[in-house]
Amino acid sequence: MLVNSNQIMEALIETIQMVGISFIFSILLGLPLGILLFVTRKGQILENTAFFAVLNAIINIFRSIPFIILLVAIIPFTRLIVGTSIGTAAAIVPLVIYAGPYIARLVESSLLEIDDGVLEAANAMGATPWQTIYRFLLPEALSSLVVNFTIATIGLIGASAMAGTVGGGGIGDLAITYGYQRFDTVTMIITVVILIIMVQGLQSLGNTLSKKIRRR
Amino acid sequence: MIEFQNLVKVYDSGGKQVHALNNINLKISKGEIYGVVGFSGAGKSSLIRCVNYLERPTSGKVIVDGHDLSALSEKEIRRVKKNIGMVFQHFNLLNSKTVYANVAMPLVLEKKPKEEIKKRVYELLEFVGLGDKANAYPDQLSGGQKQRVGIARSLATQPSILLCDEATSALDPQTTSSILQLLRKINEEYNITILMITHEMSVIREICNKVAVMEMGEVIEEGTVFDVFSAPKTKTAQNFVSTVMHDQIPQSIIDMIENNNGANNVFRINFVDQSTGKPLLSQLAKKFDLEVNVLFGNITELQGIPFGNLIVEFQGTQAEINRALTYMETKEISFREVKSHVS
Repeated sequence: MLVNSNQIMEALIETIQMVGISFIFSILLGLPLGILLFVTRKGQILENTAFFAVLNAIINIFRSIPFIILLVAIIPFTRLIVGTSIGTAAAIVPLVIYAGPYIARLVESSLLEIDDGVLEAANAMGATPWQTIYRFLLPEALSSLVVNFTIATIGLIGASAMAGTVGGGGIGDLAITYGYQRFDTVTMIITVVILIIMVQGLQSLGNTLSKKIRRR
Repeated sequence: MIEFQNLVKVYDSGGKQVHALNNINLKISKGEIYGVVGFSGAGKSSLIRCVNYLERPTSGKVIVDGHDLSALSEKEIRRVKKNIGMVFQHFNLLNSKTVYANVAMPLVLEKKPKEEIKKRVYELLEFVGLGDKANAYPDQLSGGQKQRVGIARSLATQPSILLCDEATSALDPQTTSSILQLLRKINEEYNITILMITHEMSVIREICNKVAVMEMGEVIEEGTVFDVFSAPKTKTAQNFVSTVMHDQIPQSIIDMIENNNGANNVFRINFVDQSTGKPLLSQLAKKFDLEVNVLFGNITELQGIPFGNLIVEFQGTQAEINRALTYMETKEISFREVKSHVS
């Protein structure tokens, strides 16, 4: 084995940092966009077909770009935001640009699951658009949102493996540089097992939380 | 209280124009329980949704409590909505919130103080008979209990109008009856005007004072429940009335009349109010030289007034029968001859 336990520990922390921070920013970007996608739809509380069409198209464009290409394509933008184009911080910017639109779609689909009757009740009560979102849509969708955010986090772990391209480090990077490029099978196995444990743990956590919210 | 003036609602459904409401003119007075009945697609659902602007009319006016809704701003319309409670067929409760939070919602939206909300919610839950269910979630309740939560929620802001959109259509007959009693109690205790739409004539008969029958986006008949039930004018209204009044002559009796080979002295006599208590038939048999044969009958109660009809056959000479008919006319008894092919 070409790596020691300290290196693995360091890589693990890098991954958690990358995924954790980009997750928070992705939610900050994706949640409002997802809500906007939903409420500007035809027949919804802030119907605006033109706005919806434009936002829909933009999200589709970002969703079409493979992460590895997005990572290098937006380097100038990354430098503008975090002042550098290499390292863990530099990996977070493309991760957010990648996961934000993805989360927007997931939020939209969670909101679409809500029974129209709930929105009708909100309307009949004279709720403002903001009250409708905050008091009706989000609480009703919360359980489904938690499941979808879990999916997004797991997607981020996958994408973060490519962060090595810009020197972002992390477990995935360790697997590629040692396990793949230097044929270190033991490191490969260890990193993959760590990733499996992370994904399994996150998925169970997400499911438990969602169930708790749904209370069934 | 609620007035529709030349109300028109046109939907654009895939390039085709659907006239859901066609020039509706109706007036609903304060304190009434007003029922609108019709088959699905008749437009009654669009009509009730125009009252609180869940649907915007294409043209015409909706006047609620003196306010012409089309003249109001969004903000003013939201204020009007708080004076109109609404109860839905599928309850439309928030499944993620407790019964307490559901009932509190309209007050939370108004940013009322917590203490005031608490007091009002428990008062409402007590009123609808769910005092012990405050912390339950909707999916732990039966359909009838969910509707009680829906009703409590609709009353939270002390509205003067309650809209019931097929409020009992998803419930079994027994639960329906208990929900209707609750609605009547609301009408009596709080003097709230209730507008309800339904496809069940039994619901109308049980609690409404007035009724409108809708078909193809138009009101084809309107009046007090007593008038419409005792003498429905249109075919659709007659069909609806017959679903609860059981005044259709059974086929076997129609066959019997037919077999009489046109010797048709069969009459339908309507009994209303006072006349129900009078011994008309025995009087006829005594006064005139004829036999009275009762073929079919039905006596019921509408709005606390006895109402019924009897199908009778007179046997005797034509002259004697005619004298009897003249006698009934002078006594202002409502009757008509029953032809074999129509009932």
